[in-house]
Amino acid sequence: MEDKIIIKDLNLYFDTHHVLKSINLNIKANEILSIIGPANSGKTSFLRTLNRLNDITSAVKISGEILLDGMDIYKKGISLPWLRRKVGMVFALPVPLPRSIFENIVYGPRLNGVTSKDRLEELVEKTLKSAFLWDEVKDRLHTSGTKLSGGQQQRLCIARSLALEPEVILLDEPCSGLDPLSTSKIEEALYELKKQYTIVLVTNNTKQAARVGDNVAFFLMGDMIEYGSSEHIFTVPNDKRTEDYITGRFG
Amino acid sequence: MLKPIFWEQVMKKILFVGTAITVFILFFIIFYILKNGLAVVDMEFLLSSPKDFGRAGGIFPCIVGTIVLSLVAIIIATPLGVGTSIYLSEYTRESKLTSIIRFGTDCLAGIPSIIFGLFGFVLFVVYLGLGWSILSGGLTIAFMILPTIIRTSEEAIKSVPDYYREVSLSLGGTKWQTIVKVVLPSALPGIVTGIILGVARSIEETAIVIFTAGSVLRIPTSLFDSCRTMSVHFYILAREGISMENAYGTATILIITILLINAFAYWLMHRLMAKYS
Amino acid sequence: MKSRENLIQFGLLIIALSTIVILLLIALFILKEGLPIILRVGIKGFICSTHWSPQQGQFGILAMIIGTAWITAGAILVSLPLSLSCAIYLSEFSTPKVRGTLKPIIELLAGIPSVVYGFMGMVILFPLIRNYLGGAGPSILTASVILGIMILPTITSIAIDSLQAVPHSYREGSLSLGATRWQTIRMVILPAAKTGILSGIILGIGRAVGETMAVIMIAGNSVIIPKSLLDPVRTLTANIALEMNYATGDHRQALFATGIVLFITIIILNIIAHTIARGGVEK
Repeated sequence: MEDKIIIKDLNLYFDTHHVLKSINLNIKANEILSIIGPANSGKTSFLRTLNRLNDITSAVKISGEILLDGMDIYKKGISLPWLRRKVGMVFALPVPLPRSIFENIVYGPRLNGVTSKDRLEELVEKTLKSAFLWDEVKDRLHTSGTKLSGGQQQRLCIARSLALEPEVILLDEPCSGLDPLSTSKIEEALYELKKQYTIVLVTNNTKQAARVGDNVAFFLMGDMIEYGSSEHIFTVPNDKRTEDYITGRFG
Repeated sequence: MLKPIFWEQVMKKILFVGTAITVFILFFIIFYILKNGLAVVDMEFLLSSPKDFGRAGGIFPCIVGTIVLSLVAIIIATPLGVGTSIYLSEYTRESKLTSIIRFGTDCLAGIPSIIFGLFGFVLFVVYLGLGWSILSGGLTIAFMILPTIIRTSEEAIKSVPDYYREVSLSLGGTKWQTIVKVVLPSALPGIVTGIILGVARSIEETAIVIFTAGSVLRIPTSLFDSCRTMSVHFYILAREGISMENAYGTATILIITILLINAFAYWLMHRLMAKYS
Repeated sequence: MKSRENLIQFGLLIIALSTIVILLLIALFILKEGLPIILRVGIKGFICSTHWSPQQGQFGILAMIIGTAWITAGAILVSLPLSLSCAIYLSEFSTPKVRGTLKPIIELLAGIPSVVYGFMGMVILFPLIRNYLGGAGPSILTASVILGIMILPTITSIAIDSLQAVPHSYREGSLSLGATRWQTIRMVILPAAKTGILSGIILGIGRAVGETMAVIMIAGNSVIIPKSLLDPVRTLTANIALEMNYATGDHRQALFATGIVLFITIIILNIIAHTIARGGVEK
C-alpha cells in the first residue's frame, strides 16, 4: 500500500520543552494506525501536528517535514482551513457545538461554501450512516446535539468530521470517556471507515489498539520507541519498554 | 483559651453590623425615593410634557432624551468595545501592547465624568461644531462606557471553552469564521450584559450630558438637537428647588429603570456562567 | 482568504487602540485649552494660591485642592469601616449563597445615579446636621458621608474579589494549626489580600476625587479654607461644573487648567493602583 503521510525527522517544542524528538514514520493509505503510550508521551501533540492544530499556541516551534500525498504541510502558503478539511479530527471529549445535530454536521461544509439544501441533507444522512448513528437520530435531527448520550455525541463528532469529506481522520482517544457498548459501536464504525479513509487513532487502551489497529506506534517521553504491525507489537515486541507497557508493568 | 474565641465572636458581630448597615443604606435610599415618588407617577406623568419648567406636567421629553442618548452611545461604543475585546482575547497573547491597551482601558474607566464633559465640550460642541446635541453627548458618553463594555465582553469571550474553538478550526473554519460562528454566539449573554451595564451608566450620567447635550426641555427631532435626560431634569428640579414632588417622581422612574436594568444584566451573566461551569 | 483574515486582524488592532487614542485625545484637548493660563500664572501661582476671583484675573485653586482633599479623606474614613466589614464578612463568614445574593445588591449601590445621592444628602443629612450639629447643612461632613457611601461598592467589590482569591489552603493550613477564624483572617488572609484591597481603596479615592454632581449639591461650594468639618467647601470638580457655562477667556482656560490638575491626579492614582495590583500578582 502507498504511503499517505510521510513524517521526516519531526521535532516539536513548547517553549523550551522538547515534546517530540526526531519522529520518523510513514502512515499508509487506508490503514488504521494506532498510537499508544503512557500519559505525556507526546501522542496527542503528535496527532495535532498532522492538522497543524498546535499552531494555535504561538509558543510552539517545529522542525522536520510532514508530507501529505508528497506535499509538505508546513510549507509557506499552505491554507490551514484547506489542510484541516483534508485531515479531519475527533477529540477525546465529545464536543458538539451548541446547535442542532443537523447544524453540527453541516457546520464545516457551510464554512466551505456548500449552500445547497439537498446537498447538505444528503451529507447529513450519509455521514450519520457511516458513523452508525443515523437510525438513532434520524427523527430528531433538529434537536440539540448536546442532548445526545456521550457515545452518541462522539459518533456525531465523527460524522461531523466526515462531512468535510477528508482523506485522513485523526482520533484523539475517542473512547476514553465511553462505556464498552459505545466503544464497540465506534470501533465497528472505524473498521468500516478505513475502507475510504486513512485513520490515525491515539488510544490509552492497548486492547483497542490490538483490536482495530493495522499498525501500531509506541511513544514514550516524546520518542517513538517502536513501530510495527499490531500482530508483531502485541506478540513479540522488539523493545523491552514496549513489552513492559503493553503488559501493564508501567504507565 | 477562651479569649481568641471570644474575640472571634465579637469581630463577627461587628462585621455583621457593618454589612447590615451597608445593605440598610441601599434599601433606605430606594425605599425613601419610591415612598415619596410613587404617588406622583402615573401615565399622565410619563406621557405628558412638563409645564412651567417642570413645576407641573410630566417628563415625556426627558424619557425620550434619555432613550435616544443611550442608544446613540451604545451604537458607537458597542463595535469599539466588542472589537477591542475580541482583539485582546483572540488575536494576541499577553504582551507589551496588550498591557498598554489594558492600562489605557483602566485609566479611561477612572476618568471623572466632568473631564469627559470638558473634553466632549471642546472637541464635539466647539471644535467640530456639533453644538449641544444628542450626537455630541452620545459620542462623549460612548467613550465613557467603553471600558465597561470591553471588560465585560472580554470576560464573556474568555469564558467560552477552548475546545469549541478547536472544533471549529479542525472543521476547516478560519479564525474569523470561528469567532463569528462559535465564539461570539456563545459569549453573547455576557456581551449583552456589558452593553446593558453601559446603558445603565449612560442613564445615570449627568455632568457629561449638561456639558455636551445641553438641557433643552423639548422632544428632540434630530441628532443635532439638544435634549434633557431624566438625570439632568431631576438635578435641575432638585437643585433649583423647582418642584420637589416632580423631582421625587423623576427619581422614582430613574431608580426603577436602573434596578430593572441591573437585575436583567445579572440574570444574563448568571445564565452565561451556569452554562459553562 | 488569508489576506482577508489579515485585514480583519489589522482592523481589530486599530479598534483595540481606540481607548489609547481617546485617552490621548482627552489629554491633548484639556492641555491645549488649559496649559496657557498655567504657564502665564506659573504652576506655583496656580496651585499654591488661595485667591480665586476670575473677575479680577486671580486664578489660585489651593482652596479647591484643600476642599477636595478634605472631602476625599472624609469619604475614605466613612467608607473603609463599612466596606471592609462587608468584604470580610461576606468573604469569610457568610455562606456562598448569601455572598452571591448580597454582592450584586451592594454593587447595585454603584448603579444609583450620583444626583440621587446628592439629593439624599440634601433631604436627609442637611436637616440632621442643622438640628444636631449646627451650621447650614452643606459642608465637608455631608459631602464626606455621601461620597463615602458612593464609593462603598467600588471598595467592597474589589476587596471581596481579593479575599476570595486567597488560596483555600492558606485558610485550612492556619485553621488546622488551631487558629480561630478571626486569627486566620487577621494574620493570614488580610496580609495575603492586602495588595488587592489597597488598589481597591485607591480606585475608591479616584472616584471620590472625580465625583461632581453629588458634591455640588451638598458641599456648599464656597471658595474658603475650611476651619471645621461643618464649613462649606468647593472641590476641583465643582469649580469646573459651576462656572463653565458662563466662563470666557482666561477664566475658561483656568477651568480647563483645573481639569488638568484633576486629570493628572486621576492618572497618578491609576498608575499607583496598577503598580500595586501588579506587584501583588508577581508575588
